[in-house]
Amino acid sequence: MTHSPPLRRYSLRPNTFWLLAPAILLLVVWTQIPFVLTIYHSFRRFNLLNPERQGFVGLENFHSQLTDPIFWTAVQNTLVLVGSVLAITVLLGLVLAVLFYQDFPGRALARTLVISPFFVMPVVSALIWKNMLMHPVYGLFAWIAQRLGQEPIDWLATYPMQSIVLMVSWQWTPFAMLLILTGLQSLSKEQLEAAKIDGANAWQEFRYIIVPHLAQTLSVVVMLETIFLLTIFAEIYASTSGGPGLATTTLPYLIYLKAFGEYRIGVAAAGAVFAVILANIVAIFVLRMIGRNLQGGRT
Amino acid sequence: MRLWKFLALALGLGSLALAQTTITIATVNNPDMITMQKLTPEFEKANPGIKVNWVVLPENELRQKVTTDIATNAGSYDVLTIGTYEAPIWGKNGWLVEMTGLPASYDLEDIIKPVRAGLSYQGKLYALPFYAESSMLYYRKDLFAAKRLTVPAQPTWTQAINWAKTLHNPSGGVYGICLRGLPGWGENMAFITTLVNTYGGRWFDENWRPQLTSPEWKQAIGQYVELVTKYGPPGVTGNGFTENLTLMSEGKCAMWIDATVAAGYLANPKTSKVADKIGFAKAPVATTPNGSHWLWSWALAIPKSSKKVEAAKTFITWATSKEYIALVGRTQGWVSAPPGTRYSTYNNPEYQKAAPFAKVVLDSINTADPTRPTLKPVPYTGIQFVGIPEFQAIGTQVGQFIAGIVAGRTSLDAGLAQAQAAVEKIMKEAGYLK
Repeated sequence: MTHSPPLRRYSLRPNTFWLLAPAILLLVVWTQIPFVLTIYHSFRRFNLLNPERQGFVGLENFHSQLTDPIFWTAVQNTLVLVGSVLAITVLLGLVLAVLFYQDFPGRALARTLVISPFFVMPVVSALIWKNMLMHPVYGLFAWIAQRLGQEPIDWLATYPMQSIVLMVSWQWTPFAMLLILTGLQSLSKEQLEAAKIDGANAWQEFRYIIVPHLAQTLSVVVMLETIFLLTIFAEIYASTSGGPGLATTTLPYLIYLKAFGEYRIGVAAAGAVFAVILANIVAIFVLRMIGRNLQGGRT
Repeated sequence: MRLWKFLALALGLGSLALAQTTITIATVNNPDMITMQKLTPEFEKANPGIKVNWVVLPENELRQKVTTDIATNAGSYDVLTIGTYEAPIWGKNGWLVEMTGLPASYDLEDIIKPVRAGLSYQGKLYALPFYAESSMLYYRKDLFAAKRLTVPAQPTWTQAINWAKTLHNPSGGVYGICLRGLPGWGENMAFITTLVNTYGGRWFDENWRPQLTSPEWKQAIGQYVELVTKYGPPGVTGNGFTENLTLMSEGKCAMWIDATVAAGYLANPKTSKVADKIGFAKAPVATTPNGSHWLWSWALAIPKSSKKVEAAKTFITWATSKEYIALVGRTQGWVSAPPGTRYSTYNNPEYQKAAPFAKVVLDSINTADPTRPTLKPVPYTGIQFVGIPEFQAIGTQVGQFIAGIVAGRTSLDAGLAQAQAAVEKIMKEAGYLK
C-alpha cells in the first residue's frame, strides 16, 4: 500500500499509542489528580490545626459554604470585578487600538510603552499602586490632592473595589489593545477607502466597518480575559487583603483565606469546587455570546 | 589531569560538608530576630559542627509556612519561631519536641514565670522564649508637657481619649493616637481584644456562646472606631505593628498603645527620631485592669519532623541564653537586648540604666494573667487571643468586619451582628455549640 486513506493518516496506530502513553499519562496525572484530590477533600472535615476532628462529613462543607453570606458576597464581588474590568479594558483597548493603528511619528516606541503595564508582575503592580500612588500619606494622588488644596482620599479604604478594578484594568488594557490591534491590521485598507468614497464619516467607518470586522477578535479578548480575571488574586492579596470588611473578598481570595488563614482544607476544597462550577457557567455564557458574534460577523 | 584535581577537590569539599550539620531556622523579620541572624557567626564559631540556614519572613507569611509545614509533617525546618498561641496547642497535638535535658547553666528558673507558663502545656515546656512582651502606652513627653498634661503610671481610657483629642494636630504632622487597624488575629484583633477586655467584654461566655453583640463590645468598638477615625492617621486599616512603629519613630503620633518590644527601638537614637522624647506608661484601663495588657512571647521550638534535634536544641539554648543577651548588650547596646524573658536581664544594672522602660515592661508582663483575661469568667486561656485552634479563623474574620466598620462600610451594630453570626457559624461547625 503506497497511498493510505486520508483519514487513517491521523488515527493512532497501536504502536504510536504506546509511544504517546507516557505523555498522556503525565498529562492526566498533572491536571486531574489535583482536581480529584480537591473533590475528595471537599467531602472531609479537615482542619490542619485540629487533627482530632477529621473524617468524612458528606455534604457538610458544601452546606456550610452555601449557607454562608460571606460566600455569596464573594461570588458577587467576583462577578462585579470580572464584569467591570472586562467592560473597561475592552472599551479602552478598542479606543487605544484605533489610535495606535494610525500612523504617527514615534509609533513603535509609543506602542512599546503602552504595552508595558502588562509585563509588570501583579504583586509588584499592586504594591506600586498601594504605596506609591494611592497611599493617603506618601502617595502621588495624595500629593496632587494636597497641591490642589483638597483632602487626600484613602483610596483602598473608601473605594476598595473601584481601586482594585482600576489596578487590574491598568494591567489588562494593554492585553486587550494588543489583540485588537492585531485584528485591525488584518482589515483591508481598500474597504475603508471604498467607504470613504461612499461618503462615510469617521464614526460610520468605526461603527459599520471596524467594529463588525473586530467581532471575532473581541470575542477572543472577552473569553481569554474572563478566564484570567476569574482567578485574580495577587492584587487583592497585596493591597486590600479582601477588605475592608468584605468589600474585595472574591472567590479565589475566600478560598485562600479558608485554606491558609483558617487551615480549613475541607471547606476550602468545597469552595474550589464551586469556583470550578462558576467558571463553567460563565464559560457557557461567554461561548454562547461568541457563537452568536461569529455568526453576526459573517453576515 | 586538571579534571582529576577538580574531582578530588570536589570530593574533599563534599566530605567536609558531610561532617557539618546544617539546620534551617524559620523566623520573623522583627528587629530582634534580624540581630539574632547577624550574630549567628558567633554561634557557628563556638559550634563548628553546625551551620545555620535562615528563612526570614513577615509574620503572616511565616505563620502560614510554619503551620502548613508542621501540620503536614513536611519537615522543612529544624527550628520554628512560634508564639504563646501555638506552643500549647501544638504541644498538645504532639507536634513539638519537649524541652528537656537543658544544661544546668541555662538556668530555667531564671525564665520569667508567666512567659514559661504560656509556652507550656500541662506542665511540659515546648518552646524557649526568645523575647517576651506585654503591651503598653508610649507617649511624647514634649507634646504632653507643652499642653501641661501629666501621665500617671496607670492611666484610664477616659484620660487617654481626652489626650488624643487635645493633641490631635494633623496640619502640624502629629496625630492624636496611633492604633492598629490592619485586619488579622495577630494584628488589629490583638489590640482590640485587650480594649474589649478592659471594658469588661469577653469573646465567649462559659458555654462558648459568642458575646460580640454585648454592650461591652459595642462600647469598646465604638470607642475604638471614634478614636482611629477622628484622631488617628489616615489609612488606619492598613496599619499594623510595623507601620505604627514607623509612624511613632518618625514623630507622627502623640500616643501609641502596642507591644512593649517596641520600646528598645523607640528609645534607640539610631532607629528613632524621638528617642529622647518618649514616655512610657501602662496600657490604659477602663472597667477592669484584667486583660488590659496582653502577654506574648516569640519563642523557638523544634518540630517532631526535624531530623537534627540535637543541633537544633544547641542553637535555641544559645539564642535564648543569658550569654546571648549579654552578647547583644555588648555588641548592639544594652537598650537592644531581647526583653521580657529573664529575671537576670532586669536585675542587670547596665540594662536598667540603658532601658528606662524596663520597670513598666516587667510589671506589665508579671501582671498579665491569661487565665483571667476580663471581669467575668471565660472558658478559654489567653488575653489577646482565645487558646483554641479555631481562633485564627475567628480572629481574622472579626478583624475584617471591624476594619469594615472603621472604613465606614457598615454601621457599628450591623458590623458586630455580622461578626457574631460568622463566629457562631465557625463554633457550631467546630462542635463547641450544639
